[in-house]
Amino acid sequence: MKQINLKQVQQLLNSFLNKTVYIHLETTNGAYASHLNKAANVGAFIRNAKVNLSHCTIVQDKDTYRVGLKMDNGWIYAEGITHWELYEETKLLMAGHDPDGRLMVALQLSETPFEN
Amino acid sequence: MEKEKHVVVIYPHPDDESFGAAGTITAFRKQNVPVTYLCGTLGEMGRNMGSPIIANRETIPKIREKELRDACQVLDIELELLGYRDKTLEFEDPEKVANHIQTILEQIEPSLVITHYPKHAVHPDHNALGAAVIRAVQQMQPNDRPKVWAQAITNTAYEDLGLPDISHDIMKYLDKKVEAILAHKTQAAGILGSFKPESKKMETMKEIVKERLGKEEFYIWKFS
Repeated sequence: MKQINLKQVQQLLNSFLNKTVYIHLETTNGAYASHLNKAANVGAFIRNAKVNLSHCTIVQDKDTYRVGLKMDNGWIYAEGITHWELYEETKLLMAGHDPDGRLMVALQLSETPFEN
Repeated sequence: MEKEKHVVVIYPHPDDESFGAAGTITAFRKQNVPVTYLCGTLGEMGRNMGSPIIANRETIPKIREKELRDACQVLDIELELLGYRDKTLEFEDPEKVANHIQTILEQIEPSLVITHYPKHAVHPDHNALGAAVIRAVQQMQPNDRPKVWAQAITNTAYEDLGLPDISHDIMKYLDKKVEAILAHKTQAAGILGSFKPESKKMETMKEIVKERLGKEEFYIWKFS
């Protein structure tokens, strides 16, 4: 994955407007958070949610980015995004990694379902 | 160590076999005992993406499957994939998972099964798959049941369960174990790094490796 390029990612986000889009959204601090660091284990995960997007925005905040997707009937957002990749030429993958390269958050858009 | 007919190791993630039981597996292979690893998932939800990052959420399953096959080659063991998805095992129907495992065990007819100790194995997949394995073996006729060695990895395992029945000092197989762990290229650095040595001194590092990797411990499951 590459470091976020705001302009390129915004353009790609716009290409998903007013279409049926499959979403992968997750955030996690790992299954060992409480075992190793006495932190709470938190996370959320949804894969292949089918939505229709009317507006998409990526916003920079220092070294990380937030991405908000407006649906006909609500919102999706992710924060802490640091990297992106156009996967299989059609799927927009975005993710936030910690300094050790561990994935903390992922938001992905595709016009076809992600592999189960 | 008693000579076994066939050992089946059942854990949910690619790399659990290497971190958890590589020394024990190597000891069995030295005796020419066949070992099969039933791996529950492909670690699809792993956070370690390599250092530097080489994987993404979509490519990680294929990368980890390849790493797992390499590790199994290092350990000289057979591999079967159970086909579940990382982090979802506890949400599956426990009866179905148990029946699935029972079917495979009845084909292989192992004399010993190694798995995680339910409720004492930290990761929800470890706990759920361990419970499914216990249930699968419990469902078998008492005479057909393999022995089960259950691995507890919580920080409070000794307090909660007492001392383990089996404690293998695997230092003589440490090179093999490290080689198997390093086959999991995207995972090894992140996990070994989380050991957080307080000092970079060689002696301290050796102590940490010995403490974290030099012993493999199991409780013999007592079926009612």
